[in-house]
Amino acid sequence: MSMQRPMVEVRGARKSFGAAEVLKGIDLSVDRGQIVAVIGPSGSGKSTLLRSINHLEALDSGEVWLDGMQVNQPLHGQAFERHINKVRQQMGMVFQHFNLFPHLTVLDNITMGPVILKGMSKSEAHALAHGLLSKVGLADKIDAYPSRLSGGQKQRVAIARALAMQPKVMLFDEATSALDPELVDEVNAVMKKLAAEHMTMLIVTHEMRFAGEVADRVLFMDGGVVVEEGPPSEMFRAPQKERTRTFLKKYLSA
Amino acid sequence: MQGLDFSVVAPYVDILLMGTWWTAILTVSAGALSFVGGIIFAVVVLYAPAIVAYPVRLFMWVFMGTPLLLQLFLIYFGLVQIGIDIPALVAGIVGLGLHFAVYNADVLRAGIVAVDFGQTEGARSIGFGKWQTLRYVVIPQAVRNTIPPIGGNMIALLKESAIVSVIGIAELVHSAQLAISETFRPFEFYITAAALYYLLNLVLEAGLRRFERNVEISR
Repeated sequence: MSMQRPMVEVRGARKSFGAAEVLKGIDLSVDRGQIVAVIGPSGSGKSTLLRSINHLEALDSGEVWLDGMQVNQPLHGQAFERHINKVRQQMGMVFQHFNLFPHLTVLDNITMGPVILKGMSKSEAHALAHGLLSKVGLADKIDAYPSRLSGGQKQRVAIARALAMQPKVMLFDEATSALDPELVDEVNAVMKKLAAEHMTMLIVTHEMRFAGEVADRVLFMDGGVVVEEGPPSEMFRAPQKERTRTFLKKYLSA
Repeated sequence: MQGLDFSVVAPYVDILLMGTWWTAILTVSAGALSFVGGIIFAVVVLYAPAIVAYPVRLFMWVFMGTPLLLQLFLIYFGLVQIGIDIPALVAGIVGLGLHFAVYNADVLRAGIVAVDFGQTEGARSIGFGKWQTLRYVVIPQAVRNTIPPIGGNMIALLKESAIVSVIGIAELVHSAQLAISETFRPFEFYITAAALYYLLNLVLEAGLRRFERNVEISR
């Protein structure tokens, strides 16, 4: 396992917004089929790290690699556009606020990528969408508009939309933070299903319990650095660093 | 002094209906041009490199700051002088279309900027390029969100189309004037023309409402 090339690799990632340095040299490696959860307080840089992996944030320095291909290649203009569009087709991203397209039905939200970007036929894409919606438990919503769905349903559609591109890795950016508490479990259940299928996943989350259940490895970030990382059993039961202990105490007691 | 007598209108109904027909054609053609042109102008102003965007902004500024009548004269009479001879109807459609494209562009530009940036990120994260994102995600939403003000511009266009009578297009006002020149009954014919404009407006408004309702389904 450790001998093979990692699916996602970040080396020496640095990023500043104005005077604030939010990533101070992050290294991260996710193996094929591995599930890594990133936890940490607000402003720790965990979302920026995740967003930099598919280049929604451009790093100031450092490298991002996906399955042996550099994501932030030093290309310019149209050449970089073409490159990044190809790379992003291989990564699924799930956002805190879903970002479903409100003017399109659930079906069109899901099939738009495969049809336009991969030239898939409409009927093939329809079958794909139906299969994915069944997987997330929303086959009956295929013709609905996003406005008719609950937050949990929207996020499950957003996951189906990302999966429709058959990505090599799924990136979750606080996928359940905007949901009412009673809707969190249905989204977590879908993510667990993906975990059981050995989808490679990088999950930024505030939910310690879920991270403990689903992740192979947990990273604790604070102040733009990875403070500590390890399997959830060690991280949650016996954290080594004081900062990790303080953070977890606050969260687990809440 | 003469009393009102609408029976004088009867022999001219055909001509007035023909004028109404041409007003409708003008409105639909110039309306379509103003819509497509509005989208193009808005996108150019927002996203094109300065070398393209600035001339377009200048053009928009000139079109907003000068009278439609003058623009029509320039297009119809002015261009002939430099060898561009276009038929009156085309000049009317182009003049009206461009004039209102500038107003639509203003509305659409605001509409495009108002689309949540998460929409762009959602599309880009799937692998859509900048233009694909605009075309499939941002512009359709901007258009949906700006239907009421754009509809208002279309209604204004319908009414302003009367002005092309001055370059000899046989639209509704022009037809009324023709009838008046033969009957010397301006009051009856202008009132009839006004009623016909009002009717066209009702049809246009009904169409816009229907369009708006269809869009509401996705909200």
